[in-house]
Amino acid sequence: MCGIVGLYLKTKKYEKSLGAFLSEMLDSMENRGPDSAGFAIYTKEVKNNYKYSICLNKLNENEFKKKINKLLKKTKIKKFSDHVVLETADKPNKVLDILKVNLSEVSLVGYGKSINIFKQTGNPKDIVKNFNLSSFSGSHGIGHTRMATESAITTEGSHPYSTAEDECLVHNGSLSNHNNIRRTLIKKGESFSSENDTEVAAGYISNQISEGKDLETTLKESLKNLDGFYTFIAGTKKGFALLRDEIACKPAVIAETDDYVAIASEFQAMAHLPGVDDANIFEPEPGIVYSWGN
Amino acid sequence: MELDLKKIELREINSKLQNLDKSHTEKNFTITNPKGCHALCVGLIQKMDVIINGHVGYYCAGMNQNANIIINGNVSTGVAENMMSGTVHVKGNASQSAGATAHGGLLIIDGNASSRCGISMKGVDIVVKGSVGHMSAFMAQSGTLLVCGDAGDALGDSLYETEIFVKGKVKSLGVDCIEKKIKPKHIKKIIELLKKSKIKNIKPEQFKRYGSARKLYNFNIDNVSEY
Repeated sequence: MCGIVGLYLKTKKYEKSLGAFLSEMLDSMENRGPDSAGFAIYTKEVKNNYKYSICLNKLNENEFKKKINKLLKKTKIKKFSDHVVLETADKPNKVLDILKVNLSEVSLVGYGKSINIFKQTGNPKDIVKNFNLSSFSGSHGIGHTRMATESAITTEGSHPYSTAEDECLVHNGSLSNHNNIRRTLIKKGESFSSENDTEVAAGYISNQISEGKDLETTLKESLKNLDGFYTFIAGTKKGFALLRDEIACKPAVIAETDDYVAIASEFQAMAHLPGVDDANIFEPEPGIVYSWGN
Repeated sequence: MELDLKKIELREINSKLQNLDKSHTEKNFTITNPKGCHALCVGLIQKMDVIINGHVGYYCAGMNQNANIIINGNVSTGVAENMMSGTVHVKGNASQSAGATAHGGLLIIDGNASSRCGISMKGVDIVVKGSVGHMSAFMAQSGTLLVCGDAGDALGDSLYETEIFVKGKVKSLGVDCIEKKIKPKHIKKIIELLKKSKIKNIKPEQFKRYGSARKLYNFNIDNVSEY
């Protein structure tokens, strides 16, 4: 089943409430995905700095700090439950290498100039509290509540999946040709950390974008190349895009006002948003890419 | 009587409306603050008028019998599914599978209905003032689907005996669904539905009629690619 949500702010009016709004959206999608949850929230860029969202697994914060500060200069580390956001001017190629070689006990969840990304197993209501999602302000965010079907209930199996700088993906549905695509992408140099089908879709999108295609073209082409059922929300630094497969069994509803665009699996998730009763509410058509901010 | 979902549990409201006996004098209800909740007003069997103010979730007014239910908002998947009789009137848009498997009564949707509207319908009359999405009237068995706007891909796929009338464009017809001649009895039916739905500016002659070619009723090896 799974629940997906997304909120993109068109104006600055609700920037400070973004986390609180998303938190409630995820809360109300608990019934669609009670076993794990995650979200990506795009916050203000700090000039020249990158943010690395890292799940510490069993390592404690102080040990992580000790280790990372020996390897990188000038770091800022903020803890959120079992994750940290490491802020540094060091570029991804260096940091990703260090994490892989010297800190293999932790897992990188995502990185970029603006993205903060967290995920965990457990009840979505607890997870949004654990990460204090309601304290975040920002421009847009996407989230997911998971009812696991094709891979285990683990943090690695939870969404969103991020496979490139400031990019991420949440998915309601299932893909049937992911093993084949995974093999093709591995040959092209992509790497995967789970057996999950959505990670393959995220890798596919990142790979196409790295080859010079824009997000909209990539998503349109995925209709041909990704076989299965899906409603996707793909997040980027500037905004997000939505796509439903052509059969469109997996639900989605959009509410748009002058101030925001909200997407959710069910209207329940957006019923609390200000001005939603007067919003333009519609169901996205199958096989059509809807994009904001990109 | 006003029933506010902010103050009263969904289950309590449904139970109250489901268990009205014939001697009950209060027959008018207004439900407020549905906030997208599922299965609201399911299984109402007595004559009553219910107005729902706001957007509703899945299976609203499912299995309706006798009640007249108006929704001032949008509805999600499966509105009036398996309705037996009565009227369900959605003032906004409806999501997929509106009127699925419904046996009787009248479902009116003022806005658009998305995919699979009237899937497997078994006798209900459905009027959509806007357009319907792909695979509408899929495997529909009897009743009437009247669409004032356009229809998406594969309209009437694997159709049995439902009559489909569409005023606008049909993106594509499904397997075994063909355009058919409109006869006086069809005009009469269209007039009846337009009247019941209070649609005034459309003439019955503006509709085209679609129905079953009846080639898939029995298995025929020559049609194997169509199954």
